[in-house]
Amino acid sequence: MKLFKTLLAATAVAAIAFTAPAHAETKRIALVVKALGIGFFEAAAKGAEEAAKELGDVEIIYTGPTDTTAEGQIEVINALIAQKVDAIAISANDQDALVPALKKAMQRGITVVSWDSGVAPEGRQLHLNPSSNPLIGNMIIKLAADNLPEGGDVAVLSASATATNQNIWIEEMNKVKGNYPGINVVGTVYGDDLADKSYREAQGLMQTYPDLKAIIAPTSVGIVAAAQAVTDAGKVGQVNVTGLGLPSEMAGHIKSGASKSFAIWNPIDLGYAATVLSYNLATGKAEAKPGAQIPMGRMGTLTLDDTNSGAMADPFVYDSSNIDQFKDIF
Amino acid sequence: MTSVAQTQASDQIPQGRQIPDRLRTPMQRALASWETLLLVVFALVFCINSFASPYFLDPWNLSDATFNFTEKAMIAFAMALLIISGEIDLSVASIIALASTAMGLAVQMGADTPALVGIGLLTGLLCGAVNGALITGLGLPSIVVTIGTMSLFRGISYIVLGDKAFTGYPDSFSWFGQGYVWWVFSFELVLFCLLAVAFGILLHATAFGRSVYAIGNNDVAALFSGIRVPRIKFGLFLLTGLMSGLAAVCLTSRLGATRPSIASGMELEVVTMVVLGGVNILGGSGSIAGVVIAALVMGLVTFGFGLLNVPGIVMSIFIGILLIAVIALPRLARRFFPRRAAS
Repeated sequence: MKLFKTLLAATAVAAIAFTAPAHAETKRIALVVKALGIGFFEAAAKGAEEAAKELGDVEIIYTGPTDTTAEGQIEVINALIAQKVDAIAISANDQDALVPALKKAMQRGITVVSWDSGVAPEGRQLHLNPSSNPLIGNMIIKLAADNLPEGGDVAVLSASATATNQNIWIEEMNKVKGNYPGINVVGTVYGDDLADKSYREAQGLMQTYPDLKAIIAPTSVGIVAAAQAVTDAGKVGQVNVTGLGLPSEMAGHIKSGASKSFAIWNPIDLGYAATVLSYNLATGKAEAKPGAQIPMGRMGTLTLDDTNSGAMADPFVYDSSNIDQFKDIF
Repeated sequence: MTSVAQTQASDQIPQGRQIPDRLRTPMQRALASWETLLLVVFALVFCINSFASPYFLDPWNLSDATFNFTEKAMIAFAMALLIISGEIDLSVASIIALASTAMGLAVQMGADTPALVGIGLLTGLLCGAVNGALITGLGLPSIVVTIGTMSLFRGISYIVLGDKAFTGYPDSFSWFGQGYVWWVFSFELVLFCLLAVAFGILLHATAFGRSVYAIGNNDVAALFSGIRVPRIKFGLFLLTGLMSGLAAVCLTSRLGATRPSIASGMELEVVTMVVLGGVNILGGSGSIAGVVIAALVMGLVTFGFGLLNVPGIVMSIFIGILLIAVIALPRLARRFFPRRAAS
């Protein structure tokens, strides 16, 4: 019984600590993530706290299940509905299974926004994509061009020939390559998102095109393999590897110079923008409807398309100046 | 426990003490029972939650909270019988995945709500039959067989669905997981109560129930007493499969979608619920009342912590501590107060 008395006391103390900041004035925004303990989402929570500080009257509830299940997120959503929070900003484990629970939240007057990993349109008011296909397509060639003031040959190392995302990004890249004169895209090879195959394809590219100046790999597996191939071939400084990658995996190659810069979404910005958007909707300062332009603080404005989703910004560029800050995050 | 009491009682004869005709009065037995202890825990959890969060004592919120345990408890009732008989079924969550996938396929072919429910239950029953046949027919150990079928059933779902999902369940189907019978009493909650009574009667007031205990205590003796051990065990696996099918209907209806990862990890929560309910994991003893209270405790703890936005991992830690505490406390009590427990 002593155990329970201690527990009782501990919980009572915890209760006071937890419930005290809940003023009627404060907007309580819940940032619900796929699972707790993932670096990417911890970083998003940092961004949400930054937004809360900026907005002033906001309390952030950072929460999520222990593992990435829809059932776990539903339990979390039910608890948030019960607390009558003002807004739920969620990165969903399942775009369909969460719809009934989130619909219930909206019926009870809670603003629901999805970010990163979306919910079907009927289960949220708007969806915040970290970026958009045209922005990504433009960014990957821009990264190559920025380091090649005199122009030159560049090649693409993609995932598989049937990978939907990569194909769209390369298509978008080809649409805008006229804006980068002097940049000559000589070919596309496929590493199937396998480390060893990507490595061999990157080696092949360097042999086929001796004047190759850059390899663009819009896949996190390919970019690491290509950087390794360039390093092993002793071509660091001659061939720059760029594209989309994860800071934790790319930190070494940024330091060695095999990759001068690469891009991916910034989770801090994402958490920040999701919070500001939730706040603007919950306070009635903006309304989510197709074509609406909703301000999101330092990230500019979000323009919604027909399905009420929008793209936050260009992918964030990582180079030697900021890699150390992000390599431990994700 | 009994032997300790008997030696003590026989030691006391030369001292002229009276031999008690009963080791414990029914009142004492009730007070010292597992269920009472759980009930105390339940009351404590309820009180702490009421104090800790202003949102706890709200009929609708409490009603929402019941969804945290109703589906798991449905399976836990059948699992309790299975564990009392000395067997276990670890494939229950995978049966849900397979039954849900079967229902999803049926929706694509245009099945209506009654057909969907039928298909869900039937799939569960079939899976139970597979488990039962392998275990009672071939005499294989249930823990090994059901670890196998755990991968098998979910594997089939993954083959059918891959990274896709089945949606488009008819509107009337959503009633099972989202509908209310009366006021705040959801269909799932009412079903939970009815099943609790039904399983209580089945285990505690029928010959079938007594056979389950007998098998769990000594299945060879049970066999020699004329109990059809394999048949009863097969029946229990069928029942567990059926309950998993029922849980699949409720869960699928509540989510409105099927993915192969549905209900992943639920088998351990179900077994936790049963063991927390005082069912001996080695078989032979336990009660449905204990499982009901354990379900309520687990549901309320999860919900209460959720209201305080305590991270999920702390909930897991708490359930773990609770499980060990509830098992250890009666044993500790017996060690430190042997007289009081025995006299």
